[in-house]
Amino acid sequence: MDLSFMQATLLTLLGGLPLTLHLTASSILLGGAGALVLALMRTSGIVLLSAPARAYVFVFRGTPLLIQLFMIYYGLGQFRPALQDLGLWSFFRDPYFCAVLAMAMNTAAYSSEIIRGGLASVPPGALEAASACGMRPLMRLRRIVLPLAIRQALPAYGNELVLMAKATSLASTITLMEVTGLAGKMIAQTYRAVEIFACAGLIYLALTLILTRAVLLLEWWLSPRRPRRQPAPPTICTTGEPA
Amino acid sequence: MHLFDLFLGPDGWGVPLLAAALMTVALSISGLAVGALLGALLAYARIAGGLLARTAADAVTTVLRGVPDLLVIYLFYFGGSQILSWIGNAAGYDGFIGLPVFLTGVLALGVVSAAYQAEVFRGAFTVIPRGQIESARAAGMGSLLMFRRVLAPQMIRHALPGLGNVWQLILKDSALISVIGLVELLRAAQVGAGSTREPFLFYSAALLLYLAITSLSGQAFRWAEIRSLRPFRRG
Amino acid sequence: MTATHALPPQAAATRNGTPPWPVEKIAVLDLHKSFGSIEVLKGISFTANQGDVVAILGSSGSGKSTLLRCVNFLETPDAGEIIVCGENVRMRRRRDGRQAPADPAQLTRVRTRASMVFQSFNLWPHMTILENVIEAPVHVQRRPRKDCIEEAEALLDKVGLAAKRHEYPAVLSGGQQQRAAIARALASHPEVLLFDEPTSALDPELVGEVLKVMRALAEEGRTMLVVTHEMGFARHVSTRSLFLHQGRVEEEGASAEMFAHPRTDRFRQFIQRSQS
Repeated sequence: MDLSFMQATLLTLLGGLPLTLHLTASSILLGGAGALVLALMRTSGIVLLSAPARAYVFVFRGTPLLIQLFMIYYGLGQFRPALQDLGLWSFFRDPYFCAVLAMAMNTAAYSSEIIRGGLASVPPGALEAASACGMRPLMRLRRIVLPLAIRQALPAYGNELVLMAKATSLASTITLMEVTGLAGKMIAQTYRAVEIFACAGLIYLALTLILTRAVLLLEWWLSPRRPRRQPAPPTICTTGEPA
Repeated sequence: MHLFDLFLGPDGWGVPLLAAALMTVALSISGLAVGALLGALLAYARIAGGLLARTAADAVTTVLRGVPDLLVIYLFYFGGSQILSWIGNAAGYDGFIGLPVFLTGVLALGVVSAAYQAEVFRGAFTVIPRGQIESARAAGMGSLLMFRRVLAPQMIRHALPGLGNVWQLILKDSALISVIGLVELLRAAQVGAGSTREPFLFYSAALLLYLAITSLSGQAFRWAEIRSLRPFRRG
Repeated sequence: MTATHALPPQAAATRNGTPPWPVEKIAVLDLHKSFGSIEVLKGISFTANQGDVVAILGSSGSGKSTLLRCVNFLETPDAGEIIVCGENVRMRRRRDGRQAPADPAQLTRVRTRASMVFQSFNLWPHMTILENVIEAPVHVQRRPRKDCIEEAEALLDKVGLAAKRHEYPAVLSGGQQQRAAIARALASHPEVLLFDEPTSALDPELVGEVLKVMRALAEEGRTMLVVTHEMGFARHVSTRSLFLHQGRVEEEGASAEMFAHPRTDRFRQFIQRSQS
């Protein structure tokens, strides 16, 4: 194995890491906000709100992220004059903006279902007890519903975050040179697929490992535990459902 | 009329798009099959393997879970060609030999989905009561016979919902194979968009076809699930 | 209709800790409640004075749980009045024609005065027993946390759970959970305690420990409404009983008198059935 080549590759690929991190963070934050809105719309019980949310989730979960990305970046280009009139063209011309938008919209659909599952898992009795002791709806949400729902949804949401971090690689298909984009370019130039894959893989493994650890830490911090006899921090487990 | 000519006219794009949709389905089914094979191996290693096999299976799973699918596809496309070219050069053939794109796509989808399928199979195995294995052994069944007659029929039932999820995952992942030039649904839409300068229209058409495929096959999986539960209903 | 909800003075004066004149804590007037097309409560009226322990009896489907849930406004009555500690809860009509409590602040006040204990305990699973007990005093009533903790520890000691205060509900037995739920109900200084079949979800060997706590509360002179199937509790602990049949009050009176000399055939049969 050619160590100096590996070292050079790793350094080059690390140049794409800031972009990968930016894409991941922006789409997670934006998508999380969208997911909350979608979940509240779906559980509102008002058809005018729940039906569009349902349709949105159906479309975004039923089609590949790559086509959603192309639809926004290339497809909307067809409406350039209209977008220019609205003053939005500078956004939709920018691949970074389009990538974040596509990924945020995509993860919002998946995450809203996760949040909905968390909300559905709150035992009705716990809600009733909260009402019975005089809690108003907002306090009930803050003190009882959200703590229980978040705890229930966190493992699945952690999986979604990892999938999202990996999905930022698709941005390379619309000219963004993040880690996968750089790796793809280098492979095509040098045909040393295995070495470059190993380097890029290492970077992604570190990223996803840090994400999973962070979620596990949060889970452990939130989980009911006894004040005096604290359990040991959890170890990484690789099991889980595909989203 | 414009729309009609574009998709349904004699030189319309309707037929190529539908053919490409079939390609997507064929690619996904093959990927599912390869993934099932690899997944079963991984699951076997994790259930019955020794320490070495278990560690190796865990390592493979971790890598596949942590690395973007697109990267795996690049590895197979360029790496596969790399190996083929070595072999070719050793045999005296000079130049570059490319791995066929369909084969690359199937292998990549299979490998990418193997980790998920392994988890599905392992889950399906663990819900089978130990007593059934004991009673099969007591009835004198060998491992293979027991697997075929007792375990497999029940595991399929428990694995169906998980497999349905994996199938949806593969279908959507299959769009990534377009980056190595296989003319599946997304690639066909790209080609159409490029030559007619109507990208929105073509991506919309592809989007609808994807939706049709995912929701129809989702229905099929649900139907199969309900059917597979039949022997367990009373009355 | 004008109703005087007074018992003869001597009936109230016999109980310790209560003033010699009756103080009305709960008054229900002509209460109606339907679920869909089924009318569950068909005009119920009764009162409970300070120190009364009222057993609400009846076979399943008689509406007894619905009645209790109306007193805490977990169910909103369709018609009728509910007066809790002298406060008449104002209602408003919603656009769909149903009633809803008009004033959220009043609703909170009333719910704090009449605390509820549920059949299935309904402890909050993400909080320790102590946290469960101090939740409402700290966050709903906004009392100082330190005082609430001191008080909660005394309450948990009283129900025999001092050692379990840092445990989570999931590790407790049903009887322990229900005793914790009683401590939680007591923590907001209620004037009335509402029990909705508190022992029905318990294994038979755990019923006794909960009944013991309830009996102790009755002996302190607490005002309690208890929906129950425990005939022993109704006969020997409760001061008054209310027998419901198909959404109406079939028979009511002092428990000792009612059980000794049932006036209606239905109540007589009900007692006989529950003895066999």
